[in-house]
Amino acid sequence: MKTLLIGEYREGKLLESTYELLGFASQLGAETAFLLVANEFQLPAYDGMLYLADVDICGEYNPDLHKKLVLDAVKRENPDYIVFLHSSYGWDLAPRVAASLKVAQISEIIAIVPGGFEVGSCNAKMRRTVKPNGTKAVLTIQAGAFPSERTGTSPKVQKLTAESTGALEFLGYEAAEKKDVDLGKAEVIVSAGRGIGKKDNVPVIAALAKALGGEVGASRPVVDAGWVEHSHQVGTTGQTVSPKLYVACGISGAIQHLAGMKKSDFIIAINKDKDAPIGEVADVLVVADVLQFVPALTQKLQNV
Amino acid sequence: MKLLVCIKQVPDLESRFKPDSEGVWYSESDLAWRMNEYDEFAVEQAVQLREKLGETVELTVLSIGPDRVVEAIKKALAMGCDNAVHIQDPVAAAKDPWQIASVIAVYAKDKGYDLIFTGMQSQDRGSAQVGVMVAEQLGYSSCTTLVGFEYDSGVVTAKRELEGGIKGVVKMKTPALVTCQLGLNVPRYPTLPNIMKSKKKEIITLAVSDLLTAEPLAATISFYSPTKKGGGLVLEGEVASLVDQVIGILKEKTSVLR
Ligand SMILES: Cc1cc2nc3c(=O)[nH]c(=O)nc-3n(C[C@H](O)[C@H](O)[C@H](O)COP(=O)(O)OP(=O)(O)OC[C@H]3O[C@@H](n4cnc5c(N)ncnc54)[C@H](O)[C@@H]3O)c2cc1C
Ligand SMILES: Nc1ncnc2c1ncn2[C@@H]1O[C@H](COP(=O)(O)O)[C@@H](O)[C@H]1O
Repeated sequence: MKTLLIGEYREGKLLESTYELLGFASQLGAETAFLLVANEFQLPAYDGMLYLADVDICGEYNPDLHKKLVLDAVKRENPDYIVFLHSSYGWDLAPRVAASLKVAQISEIIAIVPGGFEVGSCNAKMRRTVKPNGTKAVLTIQAGAFPSERTGTSPKVQKLTAESTGALEFLGYEAAEKKDVDLGKAEVIVSAGRGIGKKDNVPVIAALAKALGGEVGASRPVVDAGWVEHSHQVGTTGQTVSPKLYVACGISGAIQHLAGMKKSDFIIAINKDKDAPIGEVADVLVVADVLQFVPALTQKLQNV
Repeated sequence: MKLLVCIKQVPDLESRFKPDSEGVWYSESDLAWRMNEYDEFAVEQAVQLREKLGETVELTVLSIGPDRVVEAIKKALAMGCDNAVHIQDPVAAAKDPWQIASVIAVYAKDKGYDLIFTGMQSQDRGSAQVGVMVAEQLGYSSCTTLVGFEYDSGVVTAKRELEGGIKGVVKMKTPALVTCQLGLNVPRYPTLPNIMKSKKKEIITLAVSDLLTAEPLAATISFYSPTKKGGGLVLEGEVASLVDQVIGILKEKTSVLR
């Protein structure tokens, strides 16, 4: 079995997550070849065949052109699986490749299981095993689901080029918003999720954070709704934190949130849904209404 | 100018899910239904564009599924779409993303839509494929995970969200398709007058069999609950007792209550 792995490069750097593709291929027991649109002075720690396209010519984000490069490498290698990370780069490019090849795409794989690939379903509350009907497929793997692996130091480089079709013009990057709090330094973080119901309830969460001597964090919908500033957001598009204590209030536990907080030393989740996926990482899941439990806890803490 | 927005109806994600009798999807009994969250951002963006450009624009909402999806369609009409297409398919859930995309593409092929809006992913299946696959089949430009959208005389300027909060800014010409992400906008609640007005809007019903030409490329072989990792303690009961238990745990297991 053979895999073609599509690495990632952004703002002039090879992304570390690229090595998770090798971890996936090795769990699959598959041969590998790599495709990377990068810079020849920054090659991955890999000793197989590397198809390299020059990022100065092909751009970091140019899906039409990158699709052509992938299809070219597919022709040369004839892989069974073309594997991307389920990232902003991968989920954008993978369906284009799958549609061109008219092969199945299986998205956001979290494990290799008998008969197929395991993926999340229903906001990560459930699982599905999916299998491609044909022999070839495009796969995207969930960030962090497979271990990073390095296989050597010097890949065999084969250069690829493609003509630009220019349907999309990349205008540049916009930096992330400035942080006014550094959650990375906080020992205690009490985070508000959509389960707090409305903006007026943010002070309830802030009061618990204060009683515990910590900072307020938030899930993304709470930030998007303008209840809490973006600098407090925890997760893949916010901050990654690992405090001594993380209290998740009314947060379901989507993968993008977990990615930002699962390394916390101790996690307490308060959720009215006993099956909420946050339960998978929580040391303690308190099944309760946040608006009843949190004020009661705060009050008791103020008296200890 | 013609706009299309594709929406999916999904269960309320706070529901409990049980496998169906074949064990390949969830059982539909005891579920409440709503519009896929990401599709609300798509509808809102399309309606905002329609409002900005005025009467010469026609905005159609499309959904594939059983009769219940008409509820989601009605919400989109009440939010401001002009008319609707319901592609009736009692077994839409059994179709793979490639088939759903090709049904949409076959429908849209000769309609001349300038812009198509979809969600970035459906909350129940979460494949993040249908939008881009529709664009590929139609030969449209496309761009995913939009958190910013501007349109001016045939050119879309889109802000894509990348990891860690950085954004990528992209420009493309119509015809184009965009997939919408959380944070793009704040979807409106339909007002009562708009709900009343929307009752007069046309909903065309088509049979999926007339549009389906693609074979499935993938199959779900089982649907199940995640195996519990264990270790975590689950506390239930009276609030007062829960508070005491949690304080006990904080004292014993953490150093935060000095
Ligand atoms: C590309 C991408 C990037 C993303 N980046 C991030 C990120 O950085 N950070 C992030 O957080 N998310 C991110 N998300 C969004 C993520 O997928 C989820 O949508 C989000 O984390 C859900 O937030 P939530 O848990 O607050 O809300 P929901 O999923 O709506 O969960 C609310 C929870 O509250 C519970 N609840 C409701 N009422 C009560 C009550 N009264 N008492 C107790 N519990 C209650 C419910 O049972 C439910 O579990 C990203 C998504 C994408 C696609
Ligand atoms: N049954 C459907 N009817 C209409 N649009 C759909 C349907 N399924 C998916 N879509 C659209 O495609 C997007 C991505 O879905 P998915 O590929 O399933 O994650 C959704 O956000 C919808 O906009």
